[in-house]
Amino acid sequence: MFTSVDDVSARLAETGYLASPAVATTVFLAAQLGKPLLVEGPAGVGKTELAKAVAQVAEARLVRLQCYEGVDESRALYEWNHAKQLLRISAGRDESWDETRTDIFSEEFLLPRPLLTAIRGDAPTVLLIDETDKADVEMEGLLLEVLSDFQVTVPELGTVTATRRPFVVLTSNAGRELSEALRRRCLFLHIGFPEEELERRIVRLKVPELGEALTASVVRVIGALRAMDLRKVPSVAETVDWARTLLALGAGTLDETVVRDSLGVILKHQDDIQKAAAKLDLGDLGAL
Amino acid sequence: MTALTERITGLVGALRTHGVRIGTGETVDAARAVATLGLADRELLREGLAATLLHSTAQRAVFDPIFDLYFPHRTGGTNHDPADRELLRDRLAEALTADDRAQLARLAAEAVDGLGGYGSSPDSDGWSAYQTLERLRPQTLLARVRTDARSRDGSGATFTDRLLDDEIRHRIEAFRRMVGAEARRRVAERRGRDEIARRAIRPTADRVDFLSAGRDQLAELRRTVSPLARKLATRLAARRRRAARGTIDLRRTLRSSLSTGGVPMRPVLRRRRPVRPELVLLCDVSGSVSGFSDFTMLLVQALHDQFSKIRVFAFVNRLDEVTGLLDHGRADPEGLSARIRAEATLTGWHGSSDYGVALGEFTERYGAAVGPRSTVFVLGDARTNMSDPNLPAVRDLARRARRVYWLNPEPRDRWGTGDSAAPAYAELVEMHECRTARQLGALVARLLPV
Repeated sequence: MFTSVDDVSARLAETGYLASPAVATTVFLAAQLGKPLLVEGPAGVGKTELAKAVAQVAEARLVRLQCYEGVDESRALYEWNHAKQLLRISAGRDESWDETRTDIFSEEFLLPRPLLTAIRGDAPTVLLIDETDKADVEMEGLLLEVLSDFQVTVPELGTVTATRRPFVVLTSNAGRELSEALRRRCLFLHIGFPEEELERRIVRLKVPELGEALTASVVRVIGALRAMDLRKVPSVAETVDWARTLLALGAGTLDETVVRDSLGVILKHQDDIQKAAAKLDLGDLGAL
Repeated sequence: MTALTERITGLVGALRTHGVRIGTGETVDAARAVATLGLADRELLREGLAATLLHSTAQRAVFDPIFDLYFPHRTGGTNHDPADRELLRDRLAEALTADDRAQLARLAAEAVDGLGGYGSSPDSDGWSAYQTLERLRPQTLLARVRTDARSRDGSGATFTDRLLDDEIRHRIEAFRRMVGAEARRRVAERRGRDEIARRAIRPTADRVDFLSAGRDQLAELRRTVSPLARKLATRLAARRRRAARGTIDLRRTLRSSLSTGGVPMRPVLRRRRPVRPELVLLCDVSGSVSGFSDFTMLLVQALHDQFSKIRVFAFVNRLDEVTGLLDHGRADPEGLSARIRAEATLTGWHGSSDYGVALGEFTERYGAAVGPRSTVFVLGDARTNMSDPNLPAVRDLARRARRVYWLNPEPRDRWGTGDSAAPAYAELVEMHECRTARQLGALVARLLPV
């Protein structure tokens, strides 16, 4: 899939995803060792984007399983198409039961869900299991089977084994501690907030019209906000949002008024805004 | 290759002694990663090993210094003349102004080489980060770097200018860490890597002993509270959900089966009335254990919505209710303990803790707070300063509450030494050793009555 770590960085960059050395290295290793990649980190730093970018680079289809509380086997793996089965039964009235029975549990009546979809088929695939921490613990047991052997057992059909291993990315916001067994099957990658220089490049890439000097100022302020003890520190997504806002406002430079007026774009809690305003010495917030 | 294998297993061993659980499979993966990535780029190697060996973000703080020991970016000293202190400071100021990481790392090495050696013989193994920083005093460069940076940027009074001081402070802090790592590496070269890896690396935040944690370690611990609380909350919710499924209610199952001709098509489950437990916390907040009680209170505060009622009492030798302070303190956990000490009456005519008087005062004044639905946590080291432990008060408490647990931040083998009344209390109520955030999290998850 990739020839070297630099190759990963370069090709991801072509899709508009600027990867830190840590990200590029881990993606390269995951491809080389054929192991799933568990990505953790705060919201908005590009965990899901990474999977999409890898899919684009590898010219693979992206199969996505969005986890939520209560997601179960029939949502993740496969389901039988009951309606179609009923139709089939009522259509073939003069058959023997044995014939019908073997017939309605065949491929035709199977509804593959993301995990089965990713394993079947020969096309290169990136399987994204998003927000794994939202799923219940039972779901992890299912993932263990899929991720260690890349096979799934459908009782009526037998075991389906991947002919071509998908590149698997699991993301998690660490809302729940994932089991040790699941972690052991994966390579672990923590995507934190990017270094100042990388973040500048990201903003330049996404909002090129903003200008070099202003971009640098934006990134510096964001860096200062992250160093504060806030309830929700701004992530890269917010940096980019803020850059777009400033562009829309037509701000030439960053000054007190502009920052004070647009602080709501980057901070999502009123007490955070107040704290940041005090620390940045923005004066009275009474107008807000 | 064997030397390299040895190095990897050594690294794995050192990580294991610091509580990172690594199986053989991961070690093999790590070796494959090294083979794939090659040894040319040290930072790639670092990321590759971290990806294969680690399982969580917190472990990274332990991993990085250990990696620096086992895969040093150079060996031996630097090839510079004995560094002139003033010259070094000049160059340091320059690098800080430019925020040049590579140059800072080089300077850290030079500084340790030139200023950090101690001991008389030329072969002495002493390299001291402390001494290096004492002689170099990078923190005093702040004003100078600020001036340099301003004049370099040209414009004076732009908005981002006000961020500059903090940014420079962070750079200096990073430099201090580099010096620390460099000194550790040099010592390790002389004295054996394994020993240094075992002794000189700080444990992850959740394994720091409450009683011996320094100020910044406590701050780090505090940051682990909210994720820990969230984890506990989901676990408790799951437990409650499972418990709510309950058993089959035979009578109602048969009653509902009338509509299907007496065939019980759908079982009716016995609904349990959801009872949110009440929680009462008694915290010793005297100086010796304040880090611990502080932390526990934060955790309970974060778990607030899991309980119908929480009441928190703090004491040193007098006892007072602080529930209100905790409610108001949600936005500002930092100043909580200071505010509790300032606003509640916790001390009488002396400043050391007295469990007997405080517990007596509790049963007298707030006895009604404890009923058959409440679970009581007592937090403290049970050191009574030689006064009467007032066992009847505890017995009374244990009789009236649903459960009473005592969490003691002292190691079990110190219970009963000196003025500790721990064994006497432990006979009346369940006492648990609770020295680290990890232990606390596990205990709270196990003991909470959900």
